[in-house]
Amino acid sequence: MIGSPFILKEHNTVLFTMIKVMAALIPGTLAYAWFFGPGIWISLIWCGLLGIGFEALALLIRGRPMKPALSDGSVLLTAWLLALSVPTLAPWWLYLTGMFFAVVVAKHLYGGLGQNLFNPAMVGYCVLIVSFPVYMTQWAAPVTLATYVPNLADAFNLVFIGGNITPDAYTSATVLDTVKTVVRGGHTVTDALVQPIHGLIAGKGMELVAVMYLFGGIFLIVNRLVTWHIPVAFLAGIALTAGALQMLDPTHNAGPLFHLLAGGSMLGAFFIATDPVTACTTPRGKLIFAGAAGFLTVIIRTFGGYPDGVAFSILIMNCAAPFIDAYTQPRVFGHAQGGKAAK
Amino acid sequence: MSGRVYPIPGGLHPAEHKIESSAAPILTAPLSERYVVPLRQHIGQPARVLVHAGDTVLKGQMIGTPDGRISAAVHAPTSGRVVAVEPRPVPHPSGLPDLCVVIESDGQDAAVEMRPIAWRDMPPGELHKRLSRMGLAGQGGAVFPSHVKLAPGATPIETLILNGAECEPWITCDDRLMRERAEAVMLGAEIMRHTLGAKRILVGIEDNKPEAAQAMAAACTPYQAEVVVVPTRYPSGGAKQLTQLLTGLETPSGKLSPDIGIQVFNVATAYALQRAVELGEPMLSRVVTITGHVREPRNIEARLGTPIEELIRLAGGELDHATGQIVGGPMMGFDLQDTASPLIKSVNCIITKSDALFPPHPLPMPCIRCGQCALACPAQLQPFELYWHAKSKNFDRARAYKLFDCIECGCCSHVCPSHIPLVDYYRFAKSEIAAADRAKQAAEIARERHEFQMFRQEREKQEKAERLGKKASERLETGAVAADDPEAARKKAILEAAIERAKQAKENVQPKNTENLAAEQLRQIDEIEARRQAAEDRQDAERQA
Repeated sequence: MIGSPFILKEHNTVLFTMIKVMAALIPGTLAYAWFFGPGIWISLIWCGLLGIGFEALALLIRGRPMKPALSDGSVLLTAWLLALSVPTLAPWWLYLTGMFFAVVVAKHLYGGLGQNLFNPAMVGYCVLIVSFPVYMTQWAAPVTLATYVPNLADAFNLVFIGGNITPDAYTSATVLDTVKTVVRGGHTVTDALVQPIHGLIAGKGMELVAVMYLFGGIFLIVNRLVTWHIPVAFLAGIALTAGALQMLDPTHNAGPLFHLLAGGSMLGAFFIATDPVTACTTPRGKLIFAGAAGFLTVIIRTFGGYPDGVAFSILIMNCAAPFIDAYTQPRVFGHAQGGKAAK
Repeated sequence: MSGRVYPIPGGLHPAEHKIESSAAPILTAPLSERYVVPLRQHIGQPARVLVHAGDTVLKGQMIGTPDGRISAAVHAPTSGRVVAVEPRPVPHPSGLPDLCVVIESDGQDAAVEMRPIAWRDMPPGELHKRLSRMGLAGQGGAVFPSHVKLAPGATPIETLILNGAECEPWITCDDRLMRERAEAVMLGAEIMRHTLGAKRILVGIEDNKPEAAQAMAAACTPYQAEVVVVPTRYPSGGAKQLTQLLTGLETPSGKLSPDIGIQVFNVATAYALQRAVELGEPMLSRVVTITGHVREPRNIEARLGTPIEELIRLAGGELDHATGQIVGGPMMGFDLQDTASPLIKSVNCIITKSDALFPPHPLPMPCIRCGQCALACPAQLQPFELYWHAKSKNFDRARAYKLFDCIECGCCSHVCPSHIPLVDYYRFAKSEIAAADRAKQAAEIARERHEFQMFRQEREKQEKAERLGKKASERLETGAVAADDPEAARKKAILEAAIERAKQAKENVQPKNTENLAAEQLRQIDEIEARRQAAEDRQDAERQA
């Protein structure tokens, strides 16, 4: 070892990177609490504790040192993303199952931080939506539409003890669910878009949470934590696909703006598809990866069995990321254009 | 004064730390009592020693002669007596001692006769020959023998680039040299331009050295030369980087700038060349920055061979809690193993470390493929991929991802949030690949030699058989033996049988001597074969794992 360089960039650690990404999630999370009640704090803290617990357990079983891995902040980010992807006020074991698959299966069975092929939070989410579809569609209703808004103590009870209040009082289907149900029921998409849950563009409250995610995402790009490629390509993939489908069949398909702000589009574009471990890393690869994920998102939303397609599309593209990277290696200084480093 | 600057990829701007040492003028070091002059101060073959212990030498006397095409001469820095020719500690990343001539100064500083070279009227070939005895080597870091770079090459040189970028933090020796001796530097550059037959000179200087740029611009006036001020962004001083900054031309991979009609020299090399030509003085000294955790950071002009500890003393000595020294800059330098090591042609800076200035590196964390390294890489590599393949010893893949285009500038390690010593992994992979290539080459030579031996043995056998057969038939014909002589008939039969055997031997010639082996030998061969197969299988399995 020669040792050079002797100087490293200051304030530049994995923990600091994770903290900055989590800071970018704060506006969206605050908006979420504002529009959907304080239940998010319960699931957020619970997921965080589960994350630390499962990470420690996995490290113990793997015989790895605890401190460096637990203090890198990555598991807290995973927990935060899962908490934002799963309905609030769901029973405690739902989060436990999700976090188990996220941290133990998707992350540590693959070798821990930096080794996982799939985005841990999205693995957790997909396991839950496939296994417990009913719970996963009971989202906390926007406070302005709910007949009952649980306070923090009520939310704690609902999650950990359960209650005798029927979930219908405080939950509702998301706007994507509503559109799917209405269109499947033989009505036009316009029938769905006049329902109160629809809000202004793409879901009461949720559309503004999405805007806050967008602001957080811009913070990430400005701070050079992510490059523009993945968010722009992902959102462009969504917008172009949604636009094309709307042109083909305007009565049954919502437009690009709806798809950009509905469901997990913004969260996925800036915080999930951009996970550097599981995404493509070359500039061209990022564009292909995220563009295809955006395309698949709308296809799954429109033709698939599940209301949202962000998680599935990102996991599908995670499989392809190493392959795409191998064939999109950028030109190296001093080499002719089109040099492939795949073999 | 500033020409156009072209964009280059990657790079970064670490804290400069230039003002610490750039304020004070260059100090000329007093005569030392003892000089330790290594014979290897340049890239290529070390110089061949010309003196023995007990010899007296004069200042400027050649004590090591160039050995081979890429080599440089070494000269005595002062007059005195050679007390030893032996391995001594030298400033080298390996920390291994190297052969040095130790000279005890007699205090006279008596020099050999030095005659200026009338370069203007000299054909370039002749000038080049004279320069090859002057011990000039590039002072920017690569220490390539200068006369080799001045030799006429295949591609005519259009542009001479004078590298005054000095992009590494802390180092200011080129800055001070340009400020104080701009005219001498430019005269050196003009001699280079003349020798190369280049049309113009471009001087690249980073914008954090305005005084140097101004002085150089003034000194450019008599020549076809222009100062180009480039943004302060490490590693702008890399030869390929500066070439692109100043001309927009990208040097192809595996080639050097002369291949595209450009030659790059460091400003300090131009200064040394000017002294060699105008004063007839071989390379005896250089300017070196002594900085970091010392009392009076500054630049010192010292003779080659001066012990580094003396230079540190001239900079006021080290402050308390010093933690060692870096040779070169903090981005590409290395740890000094022994302060008794001498100043050599390649050493442009000695930085004394302290924990405050150079905090120990934190423990490496796993790579999260964040891509910061790829954004910083001036060679446009994907450093995290190279790391991945180097770490898993997947060297073929590392090579396919253009490992050998890495210039080891350290940008990737600098920005890595996981604090992975990336460059060390690349150095490791490069040396492993080089070792494997050498082993492969050696095996190839051994195989060829073995096959030739087999061929020769078979040929000799064959020739012998032919010779015997021919002799026998000759005797048969000339013998004219009587048919009724039974003894002669018996002899004839024996001879015919021998001829037959010889013929058969000729037909049965096999390319390999694996015929007629004893059972024991066959068994051994099978065993060896099985072992080799097992080893191969194991290697395959490891590779797949």
